Amino acid sequence: MVRSARQRLLAFLAQLALAALIACALAWLGQNVLDNMRERGIRAGFDFLVEPAGFDIGEGPLAFEASQPLWRAFLAGTLNTLRVGLPAMLLASALGLLIGLGRLAQHPVPRRICDALVETLRNIPLLLQLLMCYFALASLLPDASHALAPAPGVLLSQSGLFLPAWRCEDSCGWSWPRVDGFGIDGGWALTPEYMAVLIALSLYTAVFIAEIVRGGIQSVSRGQIDAARSIGLRPAQVLRHVVLPLALRAIVPPLGNQYLNLIKNSSLAVAVGYPDLVSVANTSLNQTGRAFECIVIVMAVYLSLSLLTALLVNTFNARVALRGSP
Amino acid sequence: MKAPRPSTLAWLALFALLAWPVFDWAVLQAVWPADLEACRAARGSGACWGVIAEKHRILLFGRYPYDAQWRPVLATVLIVAVLVAGGLRRIRHGWQVGLALALLVAAVVLMRGGAGLARVPTNQWGGLPLTLIVSLGGTLLAFPLALLLALARRSQQPFLRGLATVYIELVRGVPLISLLFMAAFLFPLLLPTHLRIDILPRVVLTIAGFAAAYLAEVIRGGLQAVPAGQFAAAQAIGLTWRQSMQFIVLPQALRVSLPALVNSFIGIFKDSSLISIVSLHELTGAMSIALGGDADWRSFYLEAYLFIALIYWIFCFGLSRCARGLEARLRH
Amino acid sequence: MISRSLHTLLLLGGLLGASLTAPVAHAGKTLDTIKQRGTLQCGVSTGVAGFSLADSQGRWAGFDVDFCRAIAAAVLGDPNKVHFVPLNSQQRFAAIQSGEVDILARNTTWTLNRDGALGLSFTGVTYYDGQGFLVPKKLKVTSAKQLRNAEVCVQSGTTNEKNLAEYFRGIGVKVRPVVFEGFEASFKAFFSGRCQAYTTDISGLAGVRNKEAPNPDDYTILPEVISKEPLGPAVRRGDDEWFAIVRWVPFALIEAEELGITAANVDKIRAENKDPAFTRLLGSGEDTGKNLGLDKDWAYRAIKSVGNYGEIFARNVGPESVLKLPRGLNNLWNKGGILFAPPVR
Repeated sequence: MVRSARQRLLAFLAQLALAALIACALAWLGQNVLDNMRERGIRAGFDFLVEPAGFDIGEGPLAFEASQPLWRAFLAGTLNTLRVGLPAMLLASALGLLIGLGRLAQHPVPRRICDALVETLRNIPLLLQLLMCYFALASLLPDASHALAPAPGVLLSQSGLFLPAWRCEDSCGWSWPRVDGFGIDGGWALTPEYMAVLIALSLYTAVFIAEIVRGGIQSVSRGQIDAARSIGLRPAQVLRHVVLPLALRAIVPPLGNQYLNLIKNSSLAVAVGYPDLVSVANTSLNQTGRAFECIVIVMAVYLSLSLLTALLVNTFNARVALRGSP
Repeated sequence: MKAPRPSTLAWLALFALLAWPVFDWAVLQAVWPADLEACRAARGSGACWGVIAEKHRILLFGRYPYDAQWRPVLATVLIVAVLVAGGLRRIRHGWQVGLALALLVAAVVLMRGGAGLARVPTNQWGGLPLTLIVSLGGTLLAFPLALLLALARRSQQPFLRGLATVYIELVRGVPLISLLFMAAFLFPLLLPTHLRIDILPRVVLTIAGFAAAYLAEVIRGGLQAVPAGQFAAAQAIGLTWRQSMQFIVLPQALRVSLPALVNSFIGIFKDSSLISIVSLHELTGAMSIALGGDADWRSFYLEAYLFIALIYWIFCFGLSRCARGLEARLRH
Repeated sequence: MISRSLHTLLLLGGLLGASLTAPVAHAGKTLDTIKQRGTLQCGVSTGVAGFSLADSQGRWAGFDVDFCRAIAAAVLGDPNKVHFVPLNSQQRFAAIQSGEVDILARNTTWTLNRDGALGLSFTGVTYYDGQGFLVPKKLKVTSAKQLRNAEVCVQSGTTNEKNLAEYFRGIGVKVRPVVFEGFEASFKAFFSGRCQAYTTDISGLAGVRNKEAPNPDDYTILPEVISKEPLGPAVRRGDDEWFAIVRWVPFALIEAEELGITAANVDKIRAENKDPAFTRLLGSGEDTGKNLGLDKDWAYRAIKSVGNYGEIFARNVGPESVLKLPRGLNNLWNKGGILFAPPVR
C-alpha cells in the first residue's frame, strides 16, 4: 500500500496522541494509588518480603516455617504450583492420548464411553470438578488412625497418600510412613488437597488433549496408513511408527496451548486450600495488606511460567516439524 | 443380523458393571422429597435429591430477597430466551440484535430494581442469573474492545500494534484468578476515593478485559482468513480504510470466526464460576451458602454439586452444539 | 447486515455497561455519606453462629449484627437501616479501605499491625476472646500438647493461622496446618474428618460446635487458650468524627448495663429517673450527642433497639443461647470482668 507523506505524518501524530493518552491514564491511576495509600496510611514497597511470614505452609518440596522470610514463602508457593502442574501435564497427556485413541476406536462401546467422558468433563467448570473431587476424597477415605494400606509401606487416609521415601538427614535411608500420634509421620506425603488438584486438573486437561489427539490423527492422510499396512505392518506398528509421528506435527502447537492453560488453571488450587502460589500470595496479602505488591508478584511468576512453557513448546515443535515442510 | 462378538459382550458387561451402581444410587435408591430423615436413612446407598427440593431457591438465586424472587426468575427466562434465539440463529437483523440486547438490559434492570421496583443491592444477587449476567455481560462488553485489539494487532502502526500485542499476551499469560483478585483488592486503590464502584461491575469489567484478549485472537484469526484481495479490491473501488473494514472485511471475518467466538463464550461461561472465589455467589458460590450454613443438609453436598454441574452442562453442551452447527454451515 | 448489527451491538453494549455500573457514591465525611444514603453499610462475617448469621430469608442476627443495629439506631434513628455486607477474611480489609463498608464488625482481632499498616482503626473491644482448639471426643485428647502430628484446620489470613504456628513451635510439638480460604470450608473439612483438630477463637469454636456439628456432643473444646483475641469494630482511618461515634455507641451500651437500663425499662427510666448519670445517657438532661455530631437521644435509641451490652451478650452468645458461653472476661469491671466504659459525659 502506498501512502503519502501526509498520511504517514497523520498516522504518526495519531500514535503520539494515543501514547500520550495512555501515559496520562497511567499517571492518573498511579497518582490515585499513591493518594489513597497516603490517606489510609498504607505502606508500599517490596521491603515486606524480607520480614518473617508468620504463617506455616503445610506441604511442599521446600520446607517452610513461620519464622522464615516472606520471599521464601512465595518461592515455596511457586514450587508447589510446579509440583502439581508438571505431573498434571504428564498425566493429562497420557490420559488425553488414551481417550483420544478411544474416540477413534472401531468398537462402539469404548468409543461411546470416551465420547461421553469428553462431553461431560469439558462442559462442566473446572472449579466445580475440583470441589467435587476434593469432597469425594474427603468423604470416602477413612481417618488417619484407620488408614488403608493398599500395599506394604503405603498408607491412604483423609490425611493423604503416604509413600515410602528415600531421605538423607543425618544418614540416608528409607523413611516409612507410620501412624504416629494423631497423624501419619514419615514417608512421602501427598495430601488430599494435592491429589484433588492433580486429578481434577489432569482429567479436565486430558479431554481437551483428547480432542487435539483425535484431530491430529484424523489429519493423517488415509494413503499413509494404507501404505504402511501394505508393507505388512501390524495395526499397533502402524500407530506407533507412522500415524503418531505424523499426527504429532498437528498436535504439538495446540498441545502447547493446553499446557499453558493447565499452568494457569492450577491457580484454582486456592479453592481447596492447596498452598500454591496464589494461595500463599492471598494469605500474605491478607497478613501484610500489600495487595498491589502480592498481585504483581503472582502475575510476574505466571507470565514467566507461561513464557517458559511457550519457549519449550516452540523448541520442541521446531524439532518435530518435518524439514522442508511448509 | 449377526450375533454380537464376544468382545462386544465383554465391553457391555464392563459398562453395565460401571453404570449399574450409579443408576442404582441415583435413581432406584434415591430419595426425592425434601425429607431429612429419609435422606439420612438412605445415606451411602441412595442419592438424596431432596436436598435440591429443599434448597433449590438458594441454589438457583442465592441470597436474593425471598419475596422478590419472581424477578430473578423472569430475568433468567429473558436471558435464556435470548441465548436460545441466538443459538437457533433466529437473530439475523439489526433490529433483532437490538431487541435481544434490550431484553438483556431489561434482565439486569429487573435484578437491580429501579423503574418502580425496589432496589436490590448487587451483593444479594446470586445463582444462575448472576452466572448468566456476568458471563454474557462480560462477553458483550469485551466484544468492542476485542474488535479494536484485533484490528490494532494487525495494524501497520508499530506503536498501536505493540500496545495491542502487549495487552493480549499479558492478559493471556496470567490466570483469571489473579485478575479477579485485582478487581477485588486493587481497583479500589486505583480510583479516587469519591469514585466507588461496586464489586459486581468491577468483576464484570475485569472479565470483559480478560475475555477481550481471547476474543481478539479469535477475531484476528477470522481477519487472517479473509483473502488480502478483498481489502485491495475495496480500496480499488475507492472505499476508505474504515469503509473497507466495515462493509467488506469485518463481515466476512466475523462470520468465519463465529463458531470460535461461541466456543470462547463457553469458556467464559465456565470461568465465571471463579467469581465465587471473590465471594460473589453465582451458581458455585450459591451452593456453598445454601449448604454451608446448614448442619442438617450439609452432608448432601455431592447431590448439590451434581445438580449445579448439570445446569452448567446443559448450557455448555447446548452452546457447543450450536457452535458445531455454525461450523458445519460455514463449510458449505 | 453484520455491520449494522455491529453498530447496534456497540451502542447497546455500552448501555448494558452503564446499567451495570453502580451509581457513584460521594464519600466525604462518613457520617454525611451515611445520612445521605440512609443506610449504614456494615461488614460482617459470612456466617458465624452467634455473631452474624443470615437465615434462609436473608435476615441477619448476632452479636456483631446487634452492634451495627445499635449504631444505625444512634445515627439514623432506625436499627433496621443497616445493610449487612458479608465478607470473608480476605476481603474484609479491602472492603473497609475502599469504603465499601462504613464499619467492619466482623469479629476481627485488634493487632498493632492491622492498626498500623492496613489503613484502618479499631475503635475498641466488644468481645474479649482467645484462641482454642476443638477436637472430636473419640480422640480422647485432653490437652493441645497431645496433638502430635495432628493436622489442624485453620482459616487463612487470620491471626489464628499465625498463633497456631507460633504456639506449637514454642512447645515443640509438630502439627500440620491445613489452611482454608473460607470459615465455612475450614469447619466443613474438620467435620468431614480431614483434620484432627480445628482452631479459631473460642467463641467461634462454640458456635461451630453447637451450631454446625452433626452432633455437638461428639466434640469438645480443649482447655488451652493460646492467644489474646480482642475483637472489635474497625473503621477506615482518617475520619475522627465517625471513629468517635463507633467507639462510643458500645461504651454507651456497657454504661447502660452498669446502670441497669434495659430495652424494656429504658422508657420508664427516662421518664422517671432524674439522676444526672441517667439523664445524660438517655438524652433527657445534658446533651451528650452534640460532641459526636448526633442528637441528644442517640444512646437512648441504641439501648431501646438492641438493649444493653448484657442483653446483647445473653441473646446471642450467653449461657441461654446456642453458644452457651459464660460472661467471663466480658463481664462488667465490678462483676469480675474487664468491661470498663469511660464516663459518658
